[in-house]
Amino acid sequence: MNPLSRRDFVAAGLAGGAGLVIGFYLPHGGESKKEFSPNAYLRITPDNKVTVVVARSEMGQGVRTALPMILAEELEADWKQIEIEQAGASTLFGDQTTGGSASIRTTWDPMRKAGAQAREMLITAAALTWSVPRSACSAENGRIKQAKSDRSIAYGDLVEKASTLPIPPDVPLKQSKDYKIVGQRLPRMDSPDKVQGKATFGIDFRLPDMKYAVLSRCPTIGGKVASVDDKDAKKVSGVTYVGKIGNSSVAVVADSVWGAMEGRRLLNVSWDDGPNKDLNTAGLTASLKQAASGKGASLFLAGDPAKATGRHVTAEYELPFMAHAPMEPGNCTAHVKNGSCELWAPTQVPQDCRDSVAAALSLDPDQVKVNVTLMGGGFGRRLEHDYAVEAAQVSSAIGGPVKVIWTREDDMRFSTYRPASLHQLNATLDGSGFPVALTHRIISPSISGQKGQPTPNNVDPDLPDEAGPVYGIPNYSVEYVMAQTAVPLGWMRSVYALQAAFALESFIDELAVGAGKDPLQYRLHLLAKDQDLPYFTTTWHTARMRGVLQLAAERSGWDKPLPAGRFRGVACFGCFASYMAEVVEISMENNQPRVHRVVAVVDCGQVVNPSILEQQIQGGVVYGLANALRAKITIDKGRVVQGNFDDYAPLRMEETPAVEVYAVPSAESPTGIGEPSVPPIAPAVCNAIYAATKKRIRALPILS
Amino acid sequence: MADITLHINGDTKNVSVAPETPLLWVLRDTLQLTGTKFGCGAGLCGACTVHIDGIAVRSCSTPVSQASGKSITTIEGLSQNGLHVLQQAWIAEEVPQCGYCQTGQIMSAAALLAKTPNPSDDQITQAMNGNLCRCGTYERIRKAIHRAAGNGGAR
Repeated sequence: MNPLSRRDFVAAGLAGGAGLVIGFYLPHGGESKKEFSPNAYLRITPDNKVTVVVARSEMGQGVRTALPMILAEELEADWKQIEIEQAGASTLFGDQTTGGSASIRTTWDPMRKAGAQAREMLITAAALTWSVPRSACSAENGRIKQAKSDRSIAYGDLVEKASTLPIPPDVPLKQSKDYKIVGQRLPRMDSPDKVQGKATFGIDFRLPDMKYAVLSRCPTIGGKVASVDDKDAKKVSGVTYVGKIGNSSVAVVADSVWGAMEGRRLLNVSWDDGPNKDLNTAGLTASLKQAASGKGASLFLAGDPAKATGRHVTAEYELPFMAHAPMEPGNCTAHVKNGSCELWAPTQVPQDCRDSVAAALSLDPDQVKVNVTLMGGGFGRRLEHDYAVEAAQVSSAIGGPVKVIWTREDDMRFSTYRPASLHQLNATLDGSGFPVALTHRIISPSISGQKGQPTPNNVDPDLPDEAGPVYGIPNYSVEYVMAQTAVPLGWMRSVYALQAAFALESFIDELAVGAGKDPLQYRLHLLAKDQDLPYFTTTWHTARMRGVLQLAAERSGWDKPLPAGRFRGVACFGCFASYMAEVVEISMENNQPRVHRVVAVVDCGQVVNPSILEQQIQGGVVYGLANALRAKITIDKGRVVQGNFDDYAPLRMEETPAVEVYAVPSAESPTGIGEPSVPPIAPAVCNAIYAATKKRIRALPILS
Repeated sequence: MADITLHINGDTKNVSVAPETPLLWVLRDTLQLTGTKFGCGAGLCGACTVHIDGIAVRSCSTPVSQASGKSITTIEGLSQNGLHVLQQAWIAEEVPQCGYCQTGQIMSAAALLAKTPNPSDDQITQAMNGNLCRCGTYERIRKAIHRAAGNGGAR
């Protein structure tokens, strides 16, 4: 279905391809005199409003504030002028996928250029208006000012003149030291609506005469509907329609959500369980071990680990399937009429929704309009478009507008799961206990592979962002063995990085302990030499990893003694082009870890909004800690066992540590921030548990 | 179907729904008060928290018939004039990320402050522990409650 993988667009964007598109749409057309719009990201109107079009989806990560900040900086706008408009599925902005911690890094250049372009044209417009040289004019705070005079003019008053000017292809961009908006803790634009219940999430959107639908889906992976008895369901007051949707589900449509739920409760469906009816977690684990004997694809290779001599140490680590479980369950509103379809979708992939719905309904993609709503969390679950296709199919079946709603149990049991994985670590140590060689084999099914997307050279296309080398070990190999599974797979926050970091950073801790050395100093020793480690499109620098680790040591007081009963653990990892180190402090209560404090240090280049950065790091730590402690999806008789927040329990306030966030000051181009804080927390906690108990945890979740 | 009278946010509303319908769906679908959210349908996440006679309850697990005749407050009616001190504190501390759970969080916090104007950390944890947030905003929630308490949170 997707011609491009989730990752291709990141690579393309960073290489100056799709992500650099500045859409053009008739900037000088008939109505354009009423607004100045040199590119698709921006409109300035005579009332002095600056509307910034946000072509990524807001799921809590702050794009509706941070992206406009980037444009406003170059525009020299008054932040109070800025209003935002959410782009739906479009052809003007390149790939609009929101994922891969890429919203800032792929729009950093186009948003800056869009703002600078407008700024330069407004300066020219003012110069022409006043008949003075351009060099006498400068932009500041939403106005063009003339040097050595009191004269200034608001952007809104230059709309008509600016609209007549040619669009400059190359424009100067500001230096980091001159930033006034980027780098500030500006309040999020969306907070006031969100605290008043006025924000419209997908589940809140409403059309006149809209029906509600819930679907009964075959609980066995890969199974189908055998027969439907809808006699009792149809007796429920308000139920208006019951019918098969595709091969494996039955929709119950009613005047209200509750009516649809009640109808589904009374629906009798016989299922054809299909080929996976004997699938279970034990078998899935065994199949990973079996796959491990296969030859791996090389992700990274330095030197030749096979030729290294010294003492060998090996260990295996395992991770289970996990579910995203965003707070807002899946939903989508669709209205199919007159050979077209309009969707209101809480989605990370508006263009995929458009294309998948077009294919499902045999429409042209331009007959499908996708509006993007706010999302109550995403974490990768809304990179799928299943709910959009369902809504379109139900709307088509009933001939009217409908909202499909998933319950929490639907979300848990019909998710696309973080793949389970097995990791084989192997080190050859010198006389001091440091590795002269290290091999990390990642055995995991491929998300993209399962979805039929390209996996060149048997490498899952996500691995280049998520499983890179960390240390400058002379003989160092990272390999990937693509396993197979029937369990539906999806991209879940930090994707493979969570797996890779848990295995590698636990193993490094084992080596440090084995060598009788301090685990943080041991890591610094492995990072002591400045080295560049090229890995696909990213080059990792040991100096930057050393920098975050040193700052984490300093801020956590690593060298200072702890109170009795407290223990520390550390881990570092790089993913989505950012560097992260975390130090945790725990105590053990009833054989379970309680995390009291986390010091999280990031190097993500230029920080756009420090408050949002802190939110993302704190949130990632909490999410990662829930993954580490308890997240486990198990399969029995081909069915997902867990159903709600009782048997798949996220972190609650009582378990949440204080998370201190520090960013290494940097003027480098910004890198990912939504996900990099997730991976180090599991190994850091497990390493602290070792410090406390001398017990090594080699399988997640910790509390299994 | 039954005709049920509800006192919501100072208004009286008559609805005709099945009496076992959870209050949540009457609020959201019938009365279009969508600030109250659906998260789990089982009283496990707190996204649907409203006040009934001043007590924080999970509207997803409360049949509408049980709320009949009682005083119901939703996020839309939390403050009759301007932002509630907790809403102000939530903005000042930049609590919301996705924001989906935050209305339920604020309703739980408001019930806490009404009884305990200056809660300790432990009292905050106890009152807020039933409200899940997948974005991990708990630390800022705690700060916002302290901030609101300092600003006369009980009002």
